[in-house]
Amino acid sequence: MVTVRVIPCLDVRDGRVVKGVKFQGLRDAGDPAGLAWNYEAQGADELVLLDVSATPEGRGHAVRTVAAVRAGLGIPMTVGGGVRVAADAGALLEAGADKVSVNTAAVERPALISEIAERFGSQCAVLALDAARRADGGPGWEVVVLSGTSRTGMDAIGWAREAAGRGAGEILLTSWDRDGTGTGYDLDLVAAISRAVRVPVIASGGASGPGHLLAAVRAGADAVLAASIFHYGRYAIADVKDTLEAGGVRVRR
Amino acid sequence: MSAPGTLPGVVIVRTGTANLASVVAGLARAGAAARLTEDPAEVASAPRLVLPGVGALGAAMERLDALGLSGPLADRVRAGRPTLAVCLGLQLLAERSDESPGVPALGVVPGNATRFSGPVRVPQLGWNRVVPGPGCRLLEEGFAYFANSYRLEAPPPGWSAALADHGGPFVAAMERGPVLACQFHPELSGAWGLSLLRRWLAVADEAAGGAW
Repeated sequence: MVTVRVIPCLDVRDGRVVKGVKFQGLRDAGDPAGLAWNYEAQGADELVLLDVSATPEGRGHAVRTVAAVRAGLGIPMTVGGGVRVAADAGALLEAGADKVSVNTAAVERPALISEIAERFGSQCAVLALDAARRADGGPGWEVVVLSGTSRTGMDAIGWAREAAGRGAGEILLTSWDRDGTGTGYDLDLVAAISRAVRVPVIASGGASGPGHLLAAVRAGADAVLAASIFHYGRYAIADVKDTLEAGGVRVRR
Repeated sequence: MSAPGTLPGVVIVRTGTANLASVVAGLARAGAAARLTEDPAEVASAPRLVLPGVGALGAAMERLDALGLSGPLADRVRAGRPTLAVCLGLQLLAERSDESPGVPALGVVPGNATRFSGPVRVPQLGWNRVVPGPGCRLLEEGFAYFANSYRLEAPPPGWSAALADHGGPFVAAMERGPVLACQFHPELSGAWGLSLLRRWLAVADEAAGGAW
């Protein structure tokens, strides 16, 4: 039986981790490679690296960052941010990513998902789905793009199904309402998307403690992603795995 | 033979779309310098060969056939020359796969790869417990990282296999002498995977007669 994955997320801009990070024993806490290796040593099951660079120069850094992280990393790494064509995915995979996530560009041109899946395999193609409860208070969630600045009106559940049908092998599901709030994942959203597709679902957005991650798993998530709870040293990966295990969830130890 | 003090070499088959950076980096961490080839003579004669693979079986076989690599690959595995097959590489050793029904694979072992069934997530993405069966020398119990939708359901005769469970048992890896085929990714399986790579390199080196 495959175990539930605990996944730290690094936001990287121009080759540096941008969310504040306070690890002890790291001389340079903004270095993505050092952080990544530290997380592997702690027992992280996988790593997500999101490139939030705004410029083409920054994106050039991303490929070099992926290569530097990969040299010393022995666990899977998903890389996302700015992938607009299959060749962008190819460059990241060639540098050492194992999976590539697509977001806004796939909403604008859904064939991007099929192109990546056909060329590199479904297991490489991750849909990053940012969803928000409907602004008009209607039922369900809508897809948001451009880092949350634009609501599309598209139904999130329908988009998840379509993406899986086009070959996405995994869905990285972020609640835009909860991200950064620390109030826990949107469990209804996690449950709805997990039920709607057969591919694995990574829950993201809103965690401020191990209990939130356990709740997401109970709602149906196959993996749980968090950033700040790990970066600020509030919790180690082991703390989260202890909580999951105490809750009857199988984890890799 | 390489000069004393240089890293032992491993040749990786360039299977086309496979993202090889993780395999190259994993082998480097295990102490081996890797380089890529698509030369049939080198695939036949390399003292240590890695057959990686991601993507669809049909596309991979098309490429191997076009490059003239299918025969040398099948021959060296049959002959027990040191070979490590990873992920799709394992399925390529079978007769065919549900993934590409009309396409004959290398046919080194009997049986077909089939899609995971039952109430489980497909693809299987994540860490699963690997339990070695009788006769395994290289494979040890532990957690390995998988990324696959198809699998062999039962080990072929003459191979020692380790099993894992995803809606039922499947072949996580199998070994015969210095030939090791892993459905999981040893290069992404942390310290456990690294030690497996090191054991394979050691056994492969022995079998190759220390010809480095």
